[in-house]
Amino acid sequence: MSLEVVELSGLATIQDSGRIGWRKFGVPVSGPMDTFAFHAANKLVGNDANCAVIEIGLGDITLRALRDCVITVTGVGYGVSIYVWDFPLWSSYYVRAGWTIRLNKLDSGMWAYLAISGGFQAPLILGSCSTYLRGHFGGFDGRQLQVGDVLRAGTPSRHPNELAARTLPESARPVYSNNPIVDVIMGPQEKYFTDESIATFKSQEYSVSTTSDRMGYRMEGAALKHRNKVELISEGMTMGAIQVPASGQPIVMMADSPTTGGYPKIGTVVSADLPLLAQCVPGRSKIRFRETTVAKAQRKYRALMGGLEKIVESD
Amino acid sequence: MHFKPRIVALGDSSILIQLDEEIDPAINQRVHALANLIANSAINGVIETVPAYATLLVHYDVLILSFTQIKNILREKLTHIQENESRKPRLVEVPVRYGGELGPDLESVASHCGLRVEDVIRIHSEKKYTVYMMGFTPGYPYMGKLDDKLIMPRLETPRTRVPAGTIAIAGSQTGIYSIESPGGWNLIGWTPLKLFDPNSDSPFLFAPGDEVKFVVDQ
Repeated sequence: MSLEVVELSGLATIQDSGRIGWRKFGVPVSGPMDTFAFHAANKLVGNDANCAVIEIGLGDITLRALRDCVITVTGVGYGVSIYVWDFPLWSSYYVRAGWTIRLNKLDSGMWAYLAISGGFQAPLILGSCSTYLRGHFGGFDGRQLQVGDVLRAGTPSRHPNELAARTLPESARPVYSNNPIVDVIMGPQEKYFTDESIATFKSQEYSVSTTSDRMGYRMEGAALKHRNKVELISEGMTMGAIQVPASGQPIVMMADSPTTGGYPKIGTVVSADLPLLAQCVPGRSKIRFRETTVAKAQRKYRALMGGLEKIVESD
Repeated sequence: MHFKPRIVALGDSSILIQLDEEIDPAINQRVHALANLIANSAINGVIETVPAYATLLVHYDVLILSFTQIKNILREKLTHIQENESRKPRLVEVPVRYGGELGPDLESVASHCGLRVEDVIRIHSEKKYTVYMMGFTPGYPYMGKLDDKLIMPRLETPRTRVPAGTIAIAGSQTGIYSIESPGGWNLIGWTPLKLFDPNSDSPFLFAPGDEVKFVVDQ
């Protein structure tokens, strides 16, 4: 027994790095919306990259520690208080049994990740403990967390003294913003769109609709026009792929998105910038898409993930 | 017009091999042959592949493989699929109870196609189908090619809840709902077989490339 949920107004689910290996059977990857913040959280508390964390969005959560532990909270748009003190995100902390940990939603950002040293324990379903809400499996009984849920953690990798009071400096994190420029690899169905629409896509501002969810972010902005066909025969999809149905409003596939799709794809958000998009606030953030090459995108991703090595002791 | 196979990036961590752009059993067989060839090659950095009607998506690890490296490897594999002997597909028999409460569209399909109900059942169940691909929900098979006499459009208004195991048709395809979900296809029957059980050692009844035969079970 490690943490108990005592108050909850947000959407909280258990997520590990994702359910891999079953996409050809129609099983989505699920996992975190902001993969960088997820990986940073595990690293800060000395966990393996695949350990399960709590992802929280859209509201608050309060947990009570049932034993001494080391935790961290990463992400954007949350304030953290432990016992009676307020703390910044992206650092690890020692928590005593009986203390409460409160994450309260602020105006910016969307998702936060609470990791505990040892990782949260949940049964492996198809090799992963990520929650797939639509399918009602994985994570905590296949559902979002509720008040009263008790979460268990595994054995920490190191002594708490070596894990508490560490920080990932801001310089190593993505440059989260309310007005991000999000890099995109164009295609594969660029030819399905008019030249004017391609130019519009790369220059106009888009916002995230409030109807967005873990499956996809519906973008709102200048409509994109198809030359002719509005559908194609289904093909495989990936997180970040941007489908454009007849309405002309693009939809960016996110963590719980289906594994195949039949709408033309104008482009795909690069891995390094998915965290920026994931943390955009519906109705408030303004996003611009920018074309880049695969080589540049891959270099950017490797550099970003390399930044996880920059964890230091907190001041 | 002859379609020239293309290999294109889908973002920075997956790559799409387009063999063609139509739904055709022969094209789909080549997709599965290519998928098997790549799986058997155990390429370091390839995470998994997702076959579809006429394409294969290859998910790869950017920290192990660059785009240029994976593209060259896949180009080489493409040249070998002609020589590659396709495996004999696995046959799955599916018992079906046609019509009734769980096949509420059977009669409207019959009347739309100008057939008797018995003919719809006979035509649907006498053929062997190929599982072209899976998607939409875990375990859901897209199968074809349905006899031209049974071609139906999708429903104008999809149903909000279709029970798992329901057999459906639309266009030249037939499918089986694998979990309870919304559904826009025409519902003609039901099978007691479980298509998806996440807690089982064999979670999926079907795999892409399987052959399927419906058997009347009434």
